[in-house]
Amino acid sequence: MASRYDRAITVFSPDGHLFQVEYAQEAVKKGSTAVGIRGTNIVVLGVEKKSVAKLQDERTVRKICALDDHVCMAFAGLTADARVVINRARVECQSHKLTVEDPVTVEYITRFIATLKQKYTQSNGRRPFGISALIVGFDDDGIPRLYQTDPSGTYHAWKANAIGRSAKTVREFLEKNYTEDAIANDNEAIKLAIRALLEVVQSGGKNIELAIIRRNQPLKMFSAKEIEFQVTEIEKEKEEAEKKKTKKNI
Amino acid sequence: MALQDVCKWQAPDTKELSLCLPPAGSWAVPRGCDPQTFLQTQGPSLAHGTTTLAFRFRHGVIAAADTRSSCGNYVACPASLKIIPVHRHLLGTTSGTSADCATWYRVLQRELRLWALREGHLPSVASAAKLLSAMMSRYRGLDLCVATALCGWDRSGPALFYVYSDGTCLQGNIFSVGSGSPYAYGVLDRSYHYDMSIQEAYALACCAVARATHRDAYSGGSVDLFHVRESGWEYVSRSDVCTLYTELQELPEPDQELKAEDQELEAEAEASQTHLEPATPPRAGESGELFLGPREETPEDSRMPAETETP
Repeated sequence: MASRYDRAITVFSPDGHLFQVEYAQEAVKKGSTAVGIRGTNIVVLGVEKKSVAKLQDERTVRKICALDDHVCMAFAGLTADARVVINRARVECQSHKLTVEDPVTVEYITRFIATLKQKYTQSNGRRPFGISALIVGFDDDGIPRLYQTDPSGTYHAWKANAIGRSAKTVREFLEKNYTEDAIANDNEAIKLAIRALLEVVQSGGKNIELAIIRRNQPLKMFSAKEIEFQVTEIEKEKEEAEKKKTKKNI
Repeated sequence: MALQDVCKWQAPDTKELSLCLPPAGSWAVPRGCDPQTFLQTQGPSLAHGTTTLAFRFRHGVIAAADTRSSCGNYVACPASLKIIPVHRHLLGTTSGTSADCATWYRVLQRELRLWALREGHLPSVASAAKLLSAMMSRYRGLDLCVATALCGWDRSGPALFYVYSDGTCLQGNIFSVGSGSPYAYGVLDRSYHYDMSIQEAYALACCAVARATHRDAYSGGSVDLFHVRESGWEYVSRSDVCTLYTELQELPEPDQELKAEDQELEAEAEASQTHLEPATPPRAGESGELFLGPREETPEDSRMPAETETP
């Protein structure tokens, strides 16, 4: 009887569901894929870029945003909702610095975003935010972190995760391929993120956007050229792996 | 402000006027008078009589204060404690109105405790100082008087901040607050250097407060000495200023001390025989003996002569 319990956000169904929140999670599943990887000295965020219309200016579409010098996030879901959440998070990062002199920890800002999302699941006349976010960064102690939030307001720490369309496929790929060797150095971590995205992105490198944060360095967005370079390297490696396999069989 | 919203801390509403009582947080002044100018001309003279000092050095932060609470010409308490612990790694020296200091320190203790519960670790000394100054700056113009030095040890090592109730928040290596501070600064500026030994630091702090109490009428009683280390704060000693000052008078001039540094062993041998002379100290650290009851014959540097009580 979902239809009787899904109109208002503040109403539980008899079997304990908040249907509006679950519908928000469905909206997230329609968004373009985003993947986050936590390396030893680097954190990587990759997103699938939706192809833009001919006359549209590509640069105005940004799915990876810096929240502060040492934290950034990617999202999947409704872009407009994301804009509101990102703005609130940015203000909170500066407000925190103003009040207590120290920059936010990644966990603090994740908790803030999650609390904000939860508030909207318990208020009258509002609907939940239709986004899931992947928040990455380094804390003062130099440890890399990756958190994921969802529309219900829960958050968890992850070693690697994916959200959005085909998130399940990407996550399975990551579960198979996230090993200590895979994140041994920065370049490997970047390649892992791109390989994970290539599983689900149709047309290769030009539909991928990538950003990294290295310890004590600001956010770096990869240019299209750099991504292409990584993609060609990955394809080379794949070919070599294929050759080795065929050699073995012979 | 983020943290203040989370803590649900609210400044009092000073806009409501009641007919007979002064608005919350202000003085009852005739209509049309600005409270501050009224107080300066007609109000009771709140003497901020005290000498407190704090300085940071390699081995932590030293906080020292006298113990006289005065109210105008009357000594309200000759043995008050002007250094208030906030948590294991943070102390504050207080000066100004004792009531204001005590209250604000309790508020700061509560806020830091809440922060620690939420975040899982205590905030840095810089955060605590910023928080205190932000909370107090909302009462600006209402004659709050809290001049305090926050001394602590956090992830960045020894840290020292000066916070005043108008919202000033300064970082520094040496601070002295109170009516006796000019005298204390004179002594501190002469002998302070970051790489002092712990004994030198104790001696310097006590010497500075003792000399200040000698000249400042509103300071006196005893000298409380605290030391904040990596492992937490420690109550080193409480020594009476009169005794201290007499002992200081009998110390040789610092120039002579420098010469004596060259004749280390001979000086120590001599000192062990003469009880009055507190050992022509080869290093200034030897004056740590001042705090001992019975004087030891052969001072050893590795020993900590001062009583270390941790109440």
